[in-house]
Amino acid sequence: MISKDKYRDRILVQRAIQEVKDTVTQKWSIMEICGGQTHAFMQYGLTDLLPKEIELIHGPGCPVCVTSLELVDKAIAIASREDVIFTSYGDMLRVPGSDKNLFSVRASGGDVRVVYSSIEALKIARDNPGKQVVFFGIGFETTAPANAISVIKAKEQGIKNYSMLVSHVRVPPAMHVILSSPKNRVQGFLGAGHVCAVMGLKEYEPIAKKYNVPISVTGFEPLDLILGILQTVQMLENDQFQVKNAYPRVVKYEGNIQAKKIISEAFIECDRQWRGIGLIPMSGWKLRQEFQAFDAEIRFNVGHIQTRESEICISGLILQGQKKPFECPAFRTICTPQNPLGATMVSSEGACAAYYRYGKESHG
Amino acid sequence: MDDKNNSFEYFSCPIPLPMSKEVSIGHGSGGSLTKSLIDAVFLKHFSNPILDLGNDFADITSKESLSNFRIITSTDAHVVNPIFFPGGDIGRLAIAGTVNDISMSGGIPKFLTATFIIEEGFSIEQLEKIATSMKTCADEAQIVIVAGDTKVVEKGKADRIFISTTGIGFVSKGIRINGASAQPGDSVIISGTIGDHGIAVLAARNELSFSTTILSDVTPLNHLIQTAIEAAPNIHVLRDPTRGGVATTLNEITLQSNVTIVLDETQLPIHKQVQGACDILGFDPLYVANEGKVIIIVPKKEDEALLDALHQHSLGKDAVKIGTVEKSMNNPLVLMKTIIGGTRIVDMLTGEMLPRIC
Repeated sequence: MISKDKYRDRILVQRAIQEVKDTVTQKWSIMEICGGQTHAFMQYGLTDLLPKEIELIHGPGCPVCVTSLELVDKAIAIASREDVIFTSYGDMLRVPGSDKNLFSVRASGGDVRVVYSSIEALKIARDNPGKQVVFFGIGFETTAPANAISVIKAKEQGIKNYSMLVSHVRVPPAMHVILSSPKNRVQGFLGAGHVCAVMGLKEYEPIAKKYNVPISVTGFEPLDLILGILQTVQMLENDQFQVKNAYPRVVKYEGNIQAKKIISEAFIECDRQWRGIGLIPMSGWKLRQEFQAFDAEIRFNVGHIQTRESEICISGLILQGQKKPFECPAFRTICTPQNPLGATMVSSEGACAAYYRYGKESHG
Repeated sequence: MDDKNNSFEYFSCPIPLPMSKEVSIGHGSGGSLTKSLIDAVFLKHFSNPILDLGNDFADITSKESLSNFRIITSTDAHVVNPIFFPGGDIGRLAIAGTVNDISMSGGIPKFLTATFIIEEGFSIEQLEKIATSMKTCADEAQIVIVAGDTKVVEKGKADRIFISTTGIGFVSKGIRINGASAQPGDSVIISGTIGDHGIAVLAARNELSFSTTILSDVTPLNHLIQTAIEAAPNIHVLRDPTRGGVATTLNEITLQSNVTIVLDETQLPIHKQVQGACDILGFDPLYVANEGKVIIIVPKKEDEALLDALHQHSLGKDAVKIGTVEKSMNNPLVLMKTIIGGTRIVDMLTGEMLPRIC
C-alpha cells in the first residue's frame, strides 16, 4: 500500500494553503462534487484553514443521498419478502423510505445483510441457492464496474437466484443541471477523483467550455484537496476554463479503458430520478436488455410505488449547493444521524452528516 | 403420522442424556442435570472456598469492608459475535469488562458473580473453553467468582451464550475519581493503541475483505490502574473507552465535567493495521471499541510521572498524552487539532454501522 503520510503532511499542506492565499484576489465559489471530499474537508478541519475568499459549496456526489425515494421504497418492498436475502452497502439501511427504512425491515424479520461489494452478494447467492439474493446496486461511476462484473459473472455462471436493484447515477448530467440553474453560484469545480479514475477527463471538457467553469480533478487526502483548490483558483484568476488533473497519481486522461468496457457491456444510459433534485435526463445507468433477467425491479414486479417525502427536509437544496445544512430548521433538532429526515443526514458522505459530525458553524 | 406416534420405536425419554455434548433445556431445569453441568463445568474451573460452600448466597464480608474503604459495585452484560475472536472470547470479555468498570473508580475489584444465559444446543466443549478463559482472566485480575446462575433457553431464543457479570470492589476513602472531576489544564492520557478490539472482532466476523493479524486488547486493567494511582495520586478521571470508542467516552466526560477537551490528532496511537482497516471500511478509529485501554485525566504536574510509570508496565508501554482539558466556552465539546493543523469537532457515536462487539 502506498503511504498516505506524504499527503497528510502538515508542512506540505500549509505550504499549499499559503500558495492559495498568495494566488487568490477575489471571492470564488467552488463546488466539490463528491461527498467523499465534503467528508474529508470536514474531517481534517480544512475549511478553517482556507482563505476567506473561498467558499466551498457541497455537491450532490453522494450516491446514498441521491438514490430516489421510489427506489428506496422498492428496496424495502423486496427486502420484506420471505424468499429474499437483501444485500446492501451499510449506509443504505438507515435511509428513510416513505414509511420505514431497511433497518426496520430487518427488525421485523427480513434477511437484510450489509456487504462491502456486489461480488460478496454474488457469493451469498451461490451459497444460498434456495433464496433470491438481491443487491442494491447504488453508486456513481466508481462502483459501476464491480456491479457490472457481478451480473456478467452471474450470467456466465448461471447463478439464477441473483439480481440487482440498479440505482446507478452519473456525474456529468448533474453538473449540467447545477450549472444551468438560474440560481447557480458555482464558479469552479473540484472534479471527483475516483469517478474520473474510471471515466477519464474527456466528458468534462464540453462542460468547462459551455459554462465557462474550470474543473480540477481532485483526490481525497488533505494535500490532494488543497492542490485541487489551488489549481481551480489559478484557473479562475486567469480566466481559464479548462479541465485539469490535480490527481495524476490515480487519474489518467483516458480513464480506465477496461472498466469502461465492462460498464458498457452490462449497462446502458437511462433517465434517472435524483432524490431532492428530480428527474435528470440520461443521468443514470440501467441493465442492458440481455441482462434484464437480473433486474430486481422486473423480477419482483415492483413497478409502481406511491412515495411520500418529508415536508421539512431541505436536502434537495443542499444537494444542489443552494443551502448549507445549518440553514435547515430541522438540523440537529429533529433531524440527526439517529433519526434522519433526509438522506443527506444518513450517509457519511452526506453534507448534513458531515456538518453534524465535524462542523463548528452550527455550535456558534 | 399416527402410525409413527403409535409405533414403539418412536417413544423417547424426555430427559436428555447426561453425557450429552450439548447444552439442553434440561440443563436449565434446576434439577440434577443443572447440578451436573455446574459441577462439570463451572465448579470445576471456578472452585474456591466461598463458591464451594454451595449456598444460594455468598458471604463476602471481609476486613476491607469494615475499615477505611468504600464498597463499589458494577454490572455488565456481554454479548458478542463471534464468541471466540483473535485475542479473546466472551468469557475473557465478561471478566475483564466488569473488573475494568470497578477499576475505573480507582478501587480494587475483589469478587464477581456471573450469570449465563445459554441457547439450547450450545456445545459443552465450547462452554468449558469459555469457563477456562474466565478462570484465567479472573486469576490475572486476582478476583474470585463467588456466585453464579445458569439458565437455558429454547433454540432460537438467544444467540448461543450471553454472560452477565457483577463485580464488587473496595476503594480507599481518600480516592474520589469520577467523570465529573476533569479540570481545565489537566492532561488527557491514553494507555495504548486505540481500536484494536473492534477491528479484531470485525476481522473475526469475516467482514473484512482482507486479513489482519490484529488481536483484541481485552484484558483486566486493575493492576495497571493501581500502578497509575501510585505514580499520580491526584488522578481526576479514569474511564475505559469501550463501546463508542475514545470519542464517545471523552464526550461523556466533557458533559459530566462541563469542560472542553482538545485532542492532538498527531499523538493518537493507532496501530497501522487498524488505521488501514478503518481507511478501507470508512470507520474512524476514535469510534472503534477498546476492551483493554484506559483514558486517564490527570493534573498536568503529575502527567510525566504517570507516563513514566505506565511505560514500565506491559499494558501501558504505548501510553501517550493525546490532549488537554480546557475551559468550556459555550457547550462542553471535544475538539481535535487535525494532523494538518485544522480544527474539528469530535462528536459522540450516533449509531454507526459497527457490529455488536462487546
